[in-house]
Amino acid sequence: MSGLAEFSSVFLDVCVNISLAVLTVAFVLIVVRIIKGPTLPDRVVALDMLVAVGIGYIAAIGVQTDYFLYVDIAIALGLVGFLATVAFARFVLNRGLARDPTIVDEIRESELREGGAQARVAGTAAPQGEGAR
Amino acid sequence: MSPLLEIAVGVVLVIGSAFSLIATLGLLRLKDVYMRMHAGSKAGTLGSGLMLIALAVHTGQVDVLTRALAGVVFFLLTAPVAAHLLAKAAYEVGYRPCSDTHIDEMAKRDT
Repeated sequence: MSGLAEFSSVFLDVCVNISLAVLTVAFVLIVVRIIKGPTLPDRVVALDMLVAVGIGYIAAIGVQTDYFLYVDIAIALGLVGFLATVAFARFVLNRGLARDPTIVDEIRESELREGGAQARVAGTAAPQGEGAR
Repeated sequence: MSPLLEIAVGVVLVIGSAFSLIATLGLLRLKDVYMRMHAGSKAGTLGSGLMLIALAVHTGQVDVLTRALAGVVFFLLTAPVAAHLLAKAAYEVGYRPCSDTHIDEMAKRDT
């Protein structure tokens, strides 16, 4: 039985380290999307996801260090992320309805991209996953 | 803390982080903002929710457990609302779905 206990504590340690590594990879990839995301809503979605990964970090570190004060911070972080997304949604809506030049340009670009993808798919009849870039 | 519970916590942690990574890959690979929202808000919520549940099981203290579960419930409630609001705002303003979207039931409203 003590062999099992020893194994389980080592196993938990390894699992926490694996999940921290995976979350780090996810974090970096989300930052890539934030940097290159072609439109403002893309970036807002990626920021929302960044908050979710931050909460995952908090949970993993709480398991690793047995320090549980951060759970409150996780709840607060979720609240802030939600409010930020709602505020950004209102911002996109207001600025877009007011025909803000930045957003109008983005929309025109996205329509051009979509039109190009449509023409290409119609022409070659071979849709590709990477095509929309 | 019993060894089996410890192993279960480790497994759930890894599964949760894997869901977060899958959501991120969806965010990176899918084509337009609506598809990316679908990946991020569903798989992302599941990932961080699973990790919080693992933390709650790991502590075994009632106060931490209730707080972690409250966090999970809060996250489950707010993520769809936020995603829906953002999608609606983006659509109203005029961001078009990509050409692979065949059914667009809101299209007739603003021609």
